[in-house]
Amino acid sequence: MAPSDLTEQDLQDLIACPTCDAVYHIVPPEKGQRAVCARCHTVLIAPRKRAGEQLIAIALSIVILVVAATLFPFLSINVGGLGHAASVLDAALAFSSSPLLVVLSLAVTAVIIFVPVLRALLLIYVLTPIVRDRPPADHAIRAFRLSEALRPWSMAEIFAIGCAVALVKIADLAQVHLGPAFWMFSALMVLVVLQDSFMCRYTVWKSLEK
Amino acid sequence: MEIAGKVRTAREMGLVACARCTRVWPRGTARCTRCGHKLQSRDRLALQKVWAWWVVGLMCYIPANMYPMLRTRMLATTSEDTIIAGAVELAHHGSYGIALVILVASVLIPVGKFLIIAGLAFSVRHGSALSPERRHQLYELVEYIGRWSMIDVFVVAILSSLVQLGTLAAIQPGIASLFFALSVIFTMLSAQSFDSRLIFDADPPVEPPLPGLSALPPVAHEADTSPESPGPRRPRDLTERPTP
Ligand SMILES: [Zn+2]
Ligand SMILES: [Zn+2]
Repeated sequence: MAPSDLTEQDLQDLIACPTCDAVYHIVPPEKGQRAVCARCHTVLIAPRKRAGEQLIAIALSIVILVVAATLFPFLSINVGGLGHAASVLDAALAFSSSPLLVVLSLAVTAVIIFVPVLRALLLIYVLTPIVRDRPPADHAIRAFRLSEALRPWSMAEIFAIGCAVALVKIADLAQVHLGPAFWMFSALMVLVVLQDSFMCRYTVWKSLEK
Repeated sequence: MEIAGKVRTAREMGLVACARCTRVWPRGTARCTRCGHKLQSRDRLALQKVWAWWVVGLMCYIPANMYPMLRTRMLATTSEDTIIAGAVELAHHGSYGIALVILVASVLIPVGKFLIIAGLAFSVRHGSALSPERRHQLYELVEYIGRWSMIDVFVVAILSSLVQLGTLAAIQPGIASLFFALSVIFTMLSAQSFDSRLIFDADPPVEPPLPGLSALPPVAHEADTSPESPGPRRPRDLTERPTP
């Protein structure tokens, strides 16, 4: 079949696997079911009931948790009466002591605070009108694109593992205690996994198209 | 439920697929109207970008292992630890688990990533003994696992901010932490530049190895595997499978 034989309507009913380029007719799956590429097993469509509301709730929790986690210490140390507690901001600013490492400190702050919060805010902005059956927000396409591009650079959950490793590393050197922020980052790990499993990118793009 | 017939790619159908939002357009369309992504049937420059980021990443990974990651001052003695030396010392103190975490995150994952990305990029040009399916799994592994190498950079940041106890003890970040972070960033960019569709192009499309394959009607199967076949030309229906 030549491409000219396919009308615009035909093209709208097709979906191409972004991983392997295989083309399928869209048979919208039931809620809770998944449409999987037969060739490479990439999940193409995975709608869920009330996924939009759940994603907004998760994004809101992420914003609250990350902001709160910056204020509380994640670890505190005590050696012979001398104590010191470190919050995320302290950790991010730790590199500032030498000029070359200022760049690194900015990068650390970005991936554990700014990127996760920005991503969550973008998602809320994009999904809220969709959930309420309103027309998409201004620049919603660009916002969703940015949020998708930021996904691999959001590393708040990796920071929690870093805390645990740091704790053990100096455990025989000093008394170390986990602070409230550590538990907030651990909760973030769960939220990030939930966010990924609730998100059906196809459904979001389709609703932005109208 | 599996439907008989060969999977057809957008390129074979004279179409171009949007790799970001999965929309299909006639060949020659420049930009996806749905998401604004630049449309390219295959990213011709992809391999060059992959190799460029790969080389820069490797160039940063070497000094990351040679220079100290941490500078620890305890009273009057100062010690500097590279990644490997730090892990060895942890093991000496009996913290085998944490030594293993550090070695996996800072040595095994980065080195494995360099090897896998190079192998995938190489296989696009020269073929591979591994099936596209298997190579795609490797690619997904690299994409998923790459970020976790940042653990050691975070540990350095955490320790340097926490252990500031005046004359008693202080930990400072070493220059290697900067190289290491850059190396992680560059290898992530290298993996992202890779166009996974190239993996599947190199080999002729094969029937998916799924249960139910033997139940395919042999006629449709045969008709579709021959390239000149006038068999059904419509794309296959999207298979539906319930969540496991
Ligand atoms: Zn596929
Ligand atoms: Zn698109």
